[in-house]
Amino acid sequence: MTIHAQPCAVPSTVSPDGVLRERGQREVFCGLTGIVWLHRKIQDAFFLVVGSRTCAHLIQSAAGVMIFAEPRFATAIMEERDLAGLVDANDELDRIVTQLLARRPEIKLLFLVGSCPSEVIKLDLSRAALRLSQRFSPGVRVLNYSGSGIETTFTQGEDACLASLVPVLPAADRGARPSLLVVGALADVVEDQFRRTFTALGIDQVSFLPPRRSSELPAIGPETRVLLAQPFLGDTARALEERGCRRIPAPFPLGGEGTALWLAAAAEAFGVSRAHVDRTIAPLKARAERALARYRAQLAGKRVFLFPDSQIEIPLARFLAREIGMELVEVGTPYLHRDHLAAELKLLPQDVLLSEGQDVERQLDRCRAARPDLVVCGLGLANPLEAEGLTTKWSIELIFTPIQGFEQAGDLAELFARPLLRQTRLAV
Amino acid sequence: MQLSVWTYEGPPHIGAMRIATAMRDVHYVLHAPQGDTYADLLFTMIERRDRRPPVTYTTFQARDLGGDTADLLQSAVRAAYDRFQPQAMIVGASCTAELIQDDPGGLAQALRLPIPVIPLELPAYQRKENWGASETFYRIVRALAASSADGSPRREKETGARPVCNLLGPTALGFRHRDDLAEVTRQVVELGIEINVVAPWNATPADLARLPLADFNIVLYPEIAATAAQWLQRQFGQPYTRTIPIGVTATREFIAEVAQLAGVDAAPVLARTESRLPWYSRSVDSTYLTGKRVFIFGDATHAVAAARVATQELGFEVVGLGTYSREFAREIREAAAIYGVEPLITDDYLEVEARVGELRPELVLGTQMERHIAKRLGVPCAVISSPCHVQDFPARYSPQMGFEGANVLFDTWVHPLMMGLEEHLLGMFREDHEFADHAPSHLGAAPAAPASPPVRVVEPVTSTELAWASDAERELTKIPFFVRGKARRNTERFARERNVNLITLETLYDAKAHFGR
Ligand code: SF4
Repeated sequence: MTIHAQPCAVPSTVSPDGVLRERGQREVFCGLTGIVWLHRKIQDAFFLVVGSRTCAHLIQSAAGVMIFAEPRFATAIMEERDLAGLVDANDELDRIVTQLLARRPEIKLLFLVGSCPSEVIKLDLSRAALRLSQRFSPGVRVLNYSGSGIETTFTQGEDACLASLVPVLPAADRGARPSLLVVGALADVVEDQFRRTFTALGIDQVSFLPPRRSSELPAIGPETRVLLAQPFLGDTARALEERGCRRIPAPFPLGGEGTALWLAAAAEAFGVSRAHVDRTIAPLKARAERALARYRAQLAGKRVFLFPDSQIEIPLARFLAREIGMELVEVGTPYLHRDHLAAELKLLPQDVLLSEGQDVERQLDRCRAARPDLVVCGLGLANPLEAEGLTTKWSIELIFTPIQGFEQAGDLAELFARPLLRQTRLAV
Repeated sequence: MQLSVWTYEGPPHIGAMRIATAMRDVHYVLHAPQGDTYADLLFTMIERRDRRPPVTYTTFQARDLGGDTADLLQSAVRAAYDRFQPQAMIVGASCTAELIQDDPGGLAQALRLPIPVIPLELPAYQRKENWGASETFYRIVRALAASSADGSPRREKETGARPVCNLLGPTALGFRHRDDLAEVTRQVVELGIEINVVAPWNATPADLARLPLADFNIVLYPEIAATAAQWLQRQFGQPYTRTIPIGVTATREFIAEVAQLAGVDAAPVLARTESRLPWYSRSVDSTYLTGKRVFIFGDATHAVAAARVATQELGFEVVGLGTYSREFAREIREAAAIYGVEPLITDDYLEVEARVGELRPELVLGTQMERHIAKRLGVPCAVISSPCHVQDFPARYSPQMGFEGANVLFDTWVHPLMMGLEEHLLGMFREDHEFADHAPSHLGAAPAAPASPPVRVVEPVTSTELAWASDAERELTKIPFFVRGKARRNTERFARERNVNLITLETLYDAKAHFGR
């Protein structure tokens, strides 16, 4: 048999900044996946994907078929005849939206979510959203964004969703007091904790995006300071800045250190005295450190390899290296937002290997060669790597679990400790 | 466009993956955007496979759409060939790539790799997973079996040589395929028949080339293998089996059919092989199963088989029968006619939910979707068909087919039901506080009163003029929760038919006398 030993046509390059950039096969979800958590976060919103059977299947598979309640998402599955004529596709979409809203009268905000097929056939969902908004106003507002895999990777779907909300946020009154807008979906419990801490710091004008209900859209303006709670919100931040808001640069609230720096950055922007910040934060941070201590004992010195998944990898790596003492073998991210991650990158160990994008087979080769103690990876890779004798942690859990803030620092570390602990327990 | 909340089947390329993943030494290059890689987790998480599916995705992005998606595909094919060294490759498009019309199959063949490269055309906007699996299996069989046997009839058999068959159908991510295969294999071997090739399960392309050597084919899952079997029959004159060995009677018929195709005597095997189901079903404890109203939904093969087992082997009454696979609507219609029920052919989960709500069965035999519907409505349920869940890949041996499969059916369908005497005690002593509706029971909790957010619980339409007197209402609460809905519905129907506006204790018992249990 002849073997065609061709050089691989998708090169990877190490750029001058030392980041390995790859453009091969990516083993990541598309932005539609964000619907799985966003539809629970915004309680009166509905997400209608305009896509294919694949899109419907992706969401249901990523959600692990959670049918405990009728979900506030669905897919308008395009069929052969929708591809033939776009006018008809629009008529069909109107019919489906009408049907849907009749069934779910409690829905106040409807997102039309674009997919690869809707984008490739150039179905204009922004015009559709406008048209449907007019038809169903004032009861229902209709917005659109793209969660397509040709445009967005996993958490970028949330970014696109939140960015689509920015234009409809009400304008803050002229001369309004400075307010803080925390951006990025957080677990309700985490949000409540942060709100209490901001109050204790003396920052009382605090709102969150996304809000829990669409009637609670925060007002924004030049006096609004934006604090990103997630590292994947590039478009949302830009849209907010275009409306005059100012972003507070900060690391992300993962771990005791990250949370303390994040809160301190906000406090500084609001002119809270350093002393008051320290007084307020110190006991919380100390408690987080206490919670982390036992995991540090289990995890320090262990070598961890992170596959690209949610863009949360860089803050996570910072946490694992600095607060848990783990050694970073490789830190992959689907996309490296240098600006938003500036504070994080400074805190990372100098010699860390960062990779952006993916060529999954080559990355697996590197991972196998390095034989790390723990691999953080997606659901498609975890069991096969376990079968090869590596220990893994599914990255999706980092998105579906409350991990931000002081009180969750221990929980976050525990997620990494558990697979290793399990290895030591099992004798089969 | 079709509004879909949950889907029973994935797109057709998932079906192709089920074939490729079941096989060895095959690689599938799928022209698809990155999000489509989610499909790997179906196999690695739900089925707990210890290897990644043999699939390379091109993961093209918007910026590639300008022109070099074709290059991307070719380099992906070449890289996959170099890395995995498969014996054969299949190449196709997912829904998005179908729209950009790159002709992946043609592009791959243009590379002139020294192995068979089989193009797949799976129209993603018309077809679904099972069809995709069937079509893929057929294409692969056709490409590989034809090339080897050059259309010549199967080998001449020496007199006295053992009859030989192929076993067709088991795939990755199939409902109990692993165990069905073991069970059927045992049965076939007992008949003294040699198994030539099992496919696609664990088969290599080289194995498929040997398919023509068998005397006949055993088709375990027509949804997957009927098309390929029909082609093999046309091409090589191999007859194939039609009986699906689910349930005791069907297993006996299957053994007889296989024996007849093989020209062997089934009698000795039929005489010694037995299932426990017939005796378990006749034992007195099972009398409480009599006439249990059962709703059945699944792929057509499993649904039709379940209906037969339910009625003939367990003494249930089929009140609803349906399938999500339109390709097999005819089979379901025919079966529904036998049981005198309205066939339900739909892939709309909400429609199925509504039907279960209307019929108020005492047992649901369905897929994971129906399990959720049943849970919500507080009806016992057993899973009989794909789509599957991680629980449908049990560690223990748990076939659906063959005599052992019949034992499994008895256990898994009967255990969710209330046991005989327990049911009586519950009926007799409603006021025992430990029998309260939400007291723990092996049935699980009673349906939580209107779940929130309000799911569309399908309540019988209560006409506004109809009222319940308070003593009748109280009496109703003394009826166990799992039949209360039926009692209420029957009584209201009884009242309405007689223009009774106020339901009293007397009406309740008049209705009971009228309808029976
Ligand atoms: S990658 Fe594209 S086609 Fe695939 S599920 Fe995501 S949006 Fe749908």
